[in-house]
Amino acid sequence: MNPAWSVIFLTTLIGAGQGLFMALFGVDIAVRLGALAVVPAQYFVTGSAVSFALLIGGLAASFLHLGHPERAWRAMAMWRTSWLSREVIVLPAFMAAVAAYGYAQATNLSCAVWIGAAGVLLCLALFLCTAMIYICLKFLQEWHTPLTFVNFLLLGTASGVLLAAVLATAVSSALAVALAVIAGFATALAALTRGLSLLRNAQLRPKSTLQSAVGIAHPKIAQKAQGAMGGSFNTREFFHGRTVAVVCAVKWIFLLGVFAVPLVLIGVTLASGALQWLAIAFGVQYAGLLAERWFFFAQARHPQNLYYQAIS
Amino acid sequence: MLIASAGEKILFPTSLRALPQVNQPIPGFQASDGATEVKTTTCYMCACRCGIRVTVRDGEVRYIDGNPAHPLNKGVICAKGAAGIMKQNSPARLTRPLKRKAGSERGAGEFEPISWDEALATIEQRLAKLRSTDPKKFALFTGRDQMQALTGLFARQFGTPNYAAHGGFCSVNMAAGMIYTIGGSFWEFGGPDLDRAKLFVMLGTAEDHHSNPLKIAISKFKRDGGRFISINPVRTGYSAVADEWVPIKPGTDGALLMALCHELVREGLYDRDFLARYTNAGYLVNLDAASNEFGLMVCDAEDVVKNPFRRHSQLWWDRHSKRTVVNHTEGADPALTGEYRLADGTPVKPAFELLRERLRDSTPEWAAAITGIPAEKIRGLAREIGIAARDHKITLPIAWTDSWGRKHDSVTGNPVAFHAMRGLAAHSNGFQTVRTLSILMSLLGTIDRPGGFRHKAPFPRSTPPVYARNPNKPEAVKPDMPLDGAALGFPGRPDDLFVNADGSPVRIDKAFSWEYPLAIHGMMHNVITNAWRGDPYPIDTLMLFMANMAWNSSMNTSEARRMLNDKNADGEYKIPFLIVCDAFESETTAFADLILPDTTYLERYDTMSMLDRPISEFDGPCDSVRVPVVEPKGECRPFQEVIVELASRLKFPAFTKPDGTRKFTGYKDFIVNFETEPGSGQGFLIGWRGKDGSKSLVGEPNPDQWEMYAKNNCVYHHKMPEEHQWMRNWNQGYHEWAQKMKLRKFPDPVVIQIYCEVLQKFRLAAEGRGPDTRRPPEAQRERVHKYFDPLPFYYAPLEAQATDLETYPLNAVTQRPMAMYHSWDSQNAWLRQIHSHNYLYVNPRTAGAQGITDGGWMWVESMHGKVRCMCRYSEAVEPGTVWTWNAIGKSKGAWALSADANESQRGFLLNHLISEELPLQDGARYSNSDPITGQAGWYDVRVNIRAALADEAEVAMPQFTAPARTAGGAS
Amino acid sequence: MTQLALVIDLNVCVGCHACATSCKEWNSGGGAGPLTDQNPYGKDPSGTFFNRVQTYEVGEFPATETVHFPKSCLHCEDPPCVPVCPTGASYKRAEDGIVLVDYDKCIGCKYCAWACPYGAREIDEQQQVMKKCTLCVDRIYDTQLPESERKPACVMACPTNARLFGDVHDPESNVSLAIRERGGYALMPEWETKPANQYLPRKPNPAVAAGSNPAPVDPRSIDGAYTPAPSSAAKS
Repeated sequence: MNPAWSVIFLTTLIGAGQGLFMALFGVDIAVRLGALAVVPAQYFVTGSAVSFALLIGGLAASFLHLGHPERAWRAMAMWRTSWLSREVIVLPAFMAAVAAYGYAQATNLSCAVWIGAAGVLLCLALFLCTAMIYICLKFLQEWHTPLTFVNFLLLGTASGVLLAAVLATAVSSALAVALAVIAGFATALAALTRGLSLLRNAQLRPKSTLQSAVGIAHPKIAQKAQGAMGGSFNTREFFHGRTVAVVCAVKWIFLLGVFAVPLVLIGVTLASGALQWLAIAFGVQYAGLLAERWFFFAQARHPQNLYYQAIS
Repeated sequence: MLIASAGEKILFPTSLRALPQVNQPIPGFQASDGATEVKTTTCYMCACRCGIRVTVRDGEVRYIDGNPAHPLNKGVICAKGAAGIMKQNSPARLTRPLKRKAGSERGAGEFEPISWDEALATIEQRLAKLRSTDPKKFALFTGRDQMQALTGLFARQFGTPNYAAHGGFCSVNMAAGMIYTIGGSFWEFGGPDLDRAKLFVMLGTAEDHHSNPLKIAISKFKRDGGRFISINPVRTGYSAVADEWVPIKPGTDGALLMALCHELVREGLYDRDFLARYTNAGYLVNLDAASNEFGLMVCDAEDVVKNPFRRHSQLWWDRHSKRTVVNHTEGADPALTGEYRLADGTPVKPAFELLRERLRDSTPEWAAAITGIPAEKIRGLAREIGIAARDHKITLPIAWTDSWGRKHDSVTGNPVAFHAMRGLAAHSNGFQTVRTLSILMSLLGTIDRPGGFRHKAPFPRSTPPVYARNPNKPEAVKPDMPLDGAALGFPGRPDDLFVNADGSPVRIDKAFSWEYPLAIHGMMHNVITNAWRGDPYPIDTLMLFMANMAWNSSMNTSEARRMLNDKNADGEYKIPFLIVCDAFESETTAFADLILPDTTYLERYDTMSMLDRPISEFDGPCDSVRVPVVEPKGECRPFQEVIVELASRLKFPAFTKPDGTRKFTGYKDFIVNFETEPGSGQGFLIGWRGKDGSKSLVGEPNPDQWEMYAKNNCVYHHKMPEEHQWMRNWNQGYHEWAQKMKLRKFPDPVVIQIYCEVLQKFRLAAEGRGPDTRRPPEAQRERVHKYFDPLPFYYAPLEAQATDLETYPLNAVTQRPMAMYHSWDSQNAWLRQIHSHNYLYVNPRTAGAQGITDGGWMWVESMHGKVRCMCRYSEAVEPGTVWTWNAIGKSKGAWALSADANESQRGFLLNHLISEELPLQDGARYSNSDPITGQAGWYDVRVNIRAALADEAEVAMPQFTAPARTAGGAS
Repeated sequence: MTQLALVIDLNVCVGCHACATSCKEWNSGGGAGPLTDQNPYGKDPSGTFFNRVQTYEVGEFPATETVHFPKSCLHCEDPPCVPVCPTGASYKRAEDGIVLVDYDKCIGCKYCAWACPYGAREIDEQQQVMKKCTLCVDRIYDTQLPESERKPACVMACPTNARLFGDVHDPESNVSLAIRERGGYALMPEWETKPANQYLPRKPNPAVAAGSNPAPVDPRSIDGAYTPAPSSAAKS
């Protein structure tokens, strides 16, 4: 697939927003349970605002993906069958929950916790919808695995919690450290599951072959012409046009950027107590996530590509 | 508007919600929509000429589809036909007469618009002067036009011999080789009877004539269980659906065909009855080496004149009475083999015996070494062909009478059909190769018989035809007089050559000279070089119509461009005045001094005439017309109208009344009222003749003829009775009818020329003897003697003979892709998306050996030039051949394409590797053409290949400076 | 239930592209048009086509087959492109099984194209809605056309009649018959999309059987020995 920046930003931004919200709610619950010292409401308000901003950013990016953004509202219609439609419904609902939660925290409403709980449920639903958009395409074998959901969830959580830690540095270094530890664990766990998906995908054998694509049972088939020489939607949408070396490089960039460097920086933070490293860790991790998502799309081999291998 | 001009920003708010429910009419193409109209006319996106229906709304073409009521295409249409709609919108359309800007160079493309009055006056003035001084100084050469009856008439009336169309570099070998042998040819003049054939053998690329009918026929043939064998260096085109592909080296088909004949004769798999009765196989040939008539057919002293140009009293050796008899004496049967003596002691042999002797050494092993086809495969092919012909006979219960009065109660067919075209023709050995094919088809007994080859009117004609006689002496060209004879004809003997007293050519292209005696389609490929060099003489004005001589219609593209721009010491161009008429801004228009904007096929009247290249069907003569369905764009004017206008202004006799006023108001009037002779009743169109339109083929002019065509799908099809549909070479009933209908001059049989006496007469002349008075100049004597062999033979193409084959080991050939073949505007917005540039197809083993990668840049080099292009590996090409799609590559900036268009940056033209002349040999200069017919040998080039260096630019070479935009002259 | 479809006969397709441009032409002006073009006279021209003819080489020289392969929407019976559409713009008609796009509902998210394993859908770069073969739904029911012409434009155009059109659910239809008799097959059966369009494979056709009706007389025997002594002939 040819990675679309709109979708890369959409999924990474809302992922971070979702993770951040879950972190806020986690802190809220921990405080309410007495596991943590009281955190100023301002933290939750700011956090909700940042989460909301990330979600808005993601939503805006998604509009850039559309040929007819003015008709986007129509996308809610087919929630019975389409995960994309479901995402389109759940995302605003979740955004509303985030906004309501922030408002409730700002105005100290007692129902904040219930709003937060609903928000978390919507947040998880949103992770599910987003991931299922990719998982449900069974012939995109690289995506068609529960690991896609797990990775979206863990990567969103890791980046969101790390961001929550960054925001916490303004209110409580203890909270920041605690969140950084959790972000570290989430990152490590995500490294494990993302690593698993890399391993899995490396072993995938494409179910479709040129033989099944054109229906000729001969070991040697080569395309000579695809009916167009100046390119077509099929060549623009489904081919990234980068060399294997570039794709491989992107893989290493994201492995370092999403996992190794942030973990080291979190370690440095914990060891040194210099909390300013956390912001850098988040920045690096988010940039890494852009690379990760680019790779996620680029790695997916669409069976239609079998029909678009050569011109002459 | 609904149809988007390509790329035009149009938002068309449409909704498939609004789509019709089942059984509801749709909005759109409905007659009820007032302004919407469906008109019929004839396609001209290529030479196929299908019937089309054009939907027009508000004066614009909205849809073109095949006309189901048309006999040629029966409703189907090809990729080009359906893309015809974009032709109208092409930005390359020329819309105003243009004059080269004073002081600008040819090729720079700097023009200023002028009026038609000025353009026509300029031409009139110039041509009038040439006509009254030296008509030869005007040359008219046309490209892919289908109006040669008109342009030929114009040239003849002007008085210039320097006229031809593009047949000389197209497929003249196919026309000549077959017409001189069986009296008809593939092309539009005949074809394989795939409705009845059981085995179909196609040799070489043969896709681009009569293409839709052939596609229809091949598909039906295959569905009916027929077996299709393709013999071709490349497996593409129709070969793709062949049941068997036999790869062969280019230019070696003659050797294969000789070996197939060898095997058929050796195994007795030939149709003896057919050979004996319908060919000259049993005619006795004079073998008295001392005789002036050596190698000619022995005739009875008392000749019965059935045709003043052909004798018919040749002798047989009757194997029953064991003596000579006049051929076809009732009760006699000719011996086909053996050696005999006439009463006067003259040694003779039947022609078949000579053929058999000729074939003796053409063994499969011999051919295998030349063609690359294993000997066993050749043997197998011969057996398969021979047995299919012998053991799967078809008998149709159709009674007919042959030319010698014998009544037959049925027609028999040996169902093996062949087809070939340019693949065999475009080699300098093509004439003999095509003759060999004709002989193979005759050995199998498949001529104008069910399941074999069938003629189409006006063929068959005598061998060679006598309907068109070219002039044979320089006095035929006189100031202010029409040419004495048609510019193009069919020489039947040395005395028919069009040469000066010293044997030098009269024509600028040297056609009908000793160098290219049977150049029946002229030699357009040598006109620019000859005129530039002044050999045989310089000319003043060259008029080109639809011929892209500065690009893919020249063999020596770069040189032709240089010659067009070359000047004498006095600053005058070597070819002083160049008029180009075209609908599009081509590579050539940039070199013109005067550009005349032609219309498209949808904007004019036109005829597919029986006098020219009609669209006849097997079962009867058929012609068709075009009628305008939309207004001409801008100031475009049909070339037909320009021709009639100039002919009238110049007061050509055929275009002028006795009182000196013009005879025809325009083309439409001309077509209706022109008769080949006053009162002949024979004109351009055969349908709806006679005052009320009740006559066909021959009849008085009908003032409403155009309207009647327009009302009847623009086509007229005369279906002949069954007894006239077969065996037409020897069908008495058909001949009598055909003579009455002026399809033939004489009703004599068209006997198949297994042994070609015409060729022997040239050979005798080269030996300084024979019945003719003309003798070749010393320089041509050996050449004429060698190639004018009355029996088929194989020789390596001349270019291969003149090339260091170790340096240039590979053959390089081209063909056009189906979406563009014979297409004049391949810059078409839709078609160019399918083929925007071309690759060189190379067998992976051949490419790999040179380190050339699939898709990589490479160089191809011949002894004439080199080209940089991209490589595409292909397993569908024999390893000794490389090939590409022709005429996809274009010169930068031509055809209104952008300077960075794929056509010029990644596409390439193989012509840059080809030369129009052979290397000088012993000071002799010859065209790179067949020594018999002058057919351009543009499939003969030999090349080598190598990888481009890593640091080279990834751009095709050679490149040319883009001309200024000329088409702009939009009105 | 009716399921209209095309059956493509690879045994006779010569790769002429008539179907491709006829389709483009009809649908440029029909209910599904226009099909816009980008850079039509410039570098890398590109445009929306509903149908394209591809070429494949099978095997190695000299046992090479050249296969021309027209490809358009297969109108799957279980079309993966339809359920994923968030707006309902993509739909399969119950009455005849044609898969269509409602341009007015399409938001241009391209998700349906991702969901099609065959690459049968193309976004119109100018109009930014997804487009695809409609089986000429605006022709085939048009009662103003003669019955014989109520077929997709590509089918009308095809010179080799390599495109059959009909109801694959009717066992007696021309398409069902062709599929049965000629071993019609679906593309990428592994994804269980059940394409309605099917392809007919190349049909081997070995050499014509020899000697079923051998000629009674060998022509060589009629003319006797090939080289009779000249003297004997000269006697007469």
